[in-house]
Amino acid sequence: MRLDPIELGSFWMPKQSSTIAGEIDTAYYIVYWLDVVMFVLLMGALAYFMYKYKRRGPKDKLSDVTHSTVLEISWTIIPSILVIGLFFVGLKGWMQAMVAPGNALEIRTTAEMYMWTFTYPNGNVSVNELVVPKGQPVKLIMSSKDVLHSFFVPEFRVKQDVVPGTYTTVWFEATENRDTVLFCTEYCGVGHSDMMAKVRVMEKADYDNWQETGLLPGEKPLPPAELGKKLYATRSCNTCHSLDGSRIQGPTFKGVFGRTEQIADGSSIKVDENYIRESLLEPNKKVVQGYPAVMPTYKGLLKETDIDAIIAYLKTVQ
Amino acid sequence: MANTATVDELGHSPEVRGKNYLNQTAGVWSWLTTVDHKRIGIMYLVSVLVGFGLGGIFALLVRLELLTAKKTIMDATQYNQAFTLHGAAMVFLFIIPSIPASLGNFFLPLMIGAKDVAFPRLNLLSLYLFWIGAIFMLAAIVTGGVDTGWTFYVPYASGVSTTSVISATFGVFVMGFSSILTGLNFIVTLHKLRAPGMSWYRMPLFLWSLYATSIIQVLATPVLGITLLLLIFERAFHIGIFDPTLGGDPVLFQHFFWFYSHPAVYIMILPGMGVATEILTTHSKRRVFGYKAIAFSSVAIALVSFLVWGHHMFVSGQSELSSAIFSFLTFFVAIPSGVKMFNWLGTLWGGSIRFTVPMLYGIAFLFLFAIGGLTGLFLGTLSVDLHLHDTYFVVAHFHYVMMGSTAIAFFGGLHHWWPKMTGKMYDEKLARVGFALTFIGFNWTFFTQFILGTRGMPRRYYNYLDQFQPLHAFSTYGSWVLGTGFLITFICLARSLKSGAPAPANPWDSATLEWQTQSPPITENFEKAPIVTLDAYERPAEETA
Repeated sequence: MRLDPIELGSFWMPKQSSTIAGEIDTAYYIVYWLDVVMFVLLMGALAYFMYKYKRRGPKDKLSDVTHSTVLEISWTIIPSILVIGLFFVGLKGWMQAMVAPGNALEIRTTAEMYMWTFTYPNGNVSVNELVVPKGQPVKLIMSSKDVLHSFFVPEFRVKQDVVPGTYTTVWFEATENRDTVLFCTEYCGVGHSDMMAKVRVMEKADYDNWQETGLLPGEKPLPPAELGKKLYATRSCNTCHSLDGSRIQGPTFKGVFGRTEQIADGSSIKVDENYIRESLLEPNKKVVQGYPAVMPTYKGLLKETDIDAIIAYLKTVQ
Repeated sequence: MANTATVDELGHSPEVRGKNYLNQTAGVWSWLTTVDHKRIGIMYLVSVLVGFGLGGIFALLVRLELLTAKKTIMDATQYNQAFTLHGAAMVFLFIIPSIPASLGNFFLPLMIGAKDVAFPRLNLLSLYLFWIGAIFMLAAIVTGGVDTGWTFYVPYASGVSTTSVISATFGVFVMGFSSILTGLNFIVTLHKLRAPGMSWYRMPLFLWSLYATSIIQVLATPVLGITLLLLIFERAFHIGIFDPTLGGDPVLFQHFFWFYSHPAVYIMILPGMGVATEILTTHSKRRVFGYKAIAFSSVAIALVSFLVWGHHMFVSGQSELSSAIFSFLTFFVAIPSGVKMFNWLGTLWGGSIRFTVPMLYGIAFLFLFAIGGLTGLFLGTLSVDLHLHDTYFVVAHFHYVMMGSTAIAFFGGLHHWWPKMTGKMYDEKLARVGFALTFIGFNWTFFTQFILGTRGMPRRYYNYLDQFQPLHAFSTYGSWVLGTGFLITFICLARSLKSGAPAPANPWDSATLEWQTQSPPITENFEKAPIVTLDAYERPAEETA
């Protein structure tokens, strides 16, 4: 997979590509400047003392002050006030990040060793590619199929562990019409560092069009047979049906169109448009003899145009 | 060896002249069966240095692999093992036992004017348990390695990883008992064996930090033991505790793990703070500023450390309210740490600062701990942690605290007390070169990682995006400088053992009790039990005049 680099927004931080990034960066820089000032003061004092009180000889006059209540109370109280302030700075952005707006688009997200699967409200599925509309809050309902994973998009400044056995959620609203990178940030095994995905942010209209047709902005619709060939791979038909005549879980697609098949109940049927359509939607109604009835239904997962495309493709597999 | 003038000044009778704990008896067996806290401390010292070397080799391998964005010298499986073993060796074989078990064992009885710890045999048992645990960990390396990360997160560690998780975790489990027994021994020793006149407030502050550390060791380590045992049960017998497919909860493991491992961070840093205090006061010839504040801040850190474990879990799926509470409490750990920082600076103010090798380490400690501590504020701030969690920023932060502060304090302490322990001085020039390379190499390696982290580079990545390659390569070059620095330090100390000049009893003109006996001390520490009449770090009147 080709991933675009993370674009830098400043020396330290990536570009701000979500609505919450600004808030988090503000908090970052508040801590940053507080730290810089503290560090300069502390190290300035250290350097000055190192110079001023360098040993000159055994006759050095030594201070015998061993404490100062005023100093000690003030350097306890003042930092306490400062850090309580920091707590509230962090809390503000945190509350924003934790509560998704009610109108958020919900995308079901599944993590497993080592891939990301996204299921959209209309049943569309994308793997290792998250497609979201710009300018609309998106809420991911996440779970893991195996071990711990974590969802992290640096340009969005959001992170949330993905845990087996429970749902966790994360939300963001993308502001930049561009692609960026999604990392897994909880160590999950040998493929951990390859568990990345592309996040595609597009205009709402383009997003809707992608949902409807599977076409990215600028892409032309594919001829049906080619779309069918793509679906054969992306919808995992290839897991069970070969193209070269070999037997996997199901009958091969080589020469399938027009072939006469023996059905499990003893009857026979010629494979035509209607049988393919029925086999996709109700696969276990007429199972070919000698094969297990294990195919899941694609009802709701394939659009009419997809079914037409698969039929067109199967006609070409000879 | 007998410097007659020194010996007389210390009031040693002719019978003990020339005798010390090293030459009292000879042979391997006399060491393996010794109950002398000093010999046990030395054996711990050698052991933790071996652990440090092992962890260091893995560290250099990890950095070397990260020189390029794809494969450099090893495959992903080997890389995952290398970073796991680096972490596990450094945490469990080096840094947790480092200062308390080696320098602490050696100097705690000396500093309170005692002959030994309260339970000398228990002390030896601690050492043996440590060795047994270490053998299990080494066995894990030999029999397939470990690839879970030193945190052993489930369900990966309990159900998925095919490596020697049980052997490694069992090793840590056994070492936990060593840690508990050492802590117990120190607590009892400090309560019962202080010399006449050595009140609590006359104790050197290193001992307050060891006392606070011991409390954590005794209270927190059992939780780690239980957790690892449950993990072993789950892995071996499929008893569902943490794995959701067996009905368990993986977040529960994180709570248990960090309930130990966060306080353990203070097991690691508190002794380092104590050593730094001793170095700064001795080599600036100045009594510690704010004695009670430093003493009580150690105890405060020990107590608050039990209430902040959830800041490791802001994005783990724990409740939002828990995260908010843990963030609030976490900020209060910053206060006692800050108080110490101010008091250390106050100690230097108005002193007479000698830039000896230990002092260089002490000053480096202040610099590196300031960075380590201040960068912790980013991670405690809830919203900022969302971005920085599990990135290289965290890696850089904890290396500044664990290595930049604790390990630097440990090596500072080693140089500070080396003359006392071995009776030999070392080559100051060579030691300075070792220090300088260590300090430069450390910042070079790890400051770079702050930048990697804020830019979004995740931890524990074998392959990474090309855009991070220049910074990764830069960090790797730094690691070579760092490695060279440590190598020179070891050569310097080894040469000192072989041919160092004899050390006087009190080469740094220190006011604490361990310097008031010969170098190296006799087996009984002091020929006559000392009677303490001065406050901590106070010098006799004619000396200060």
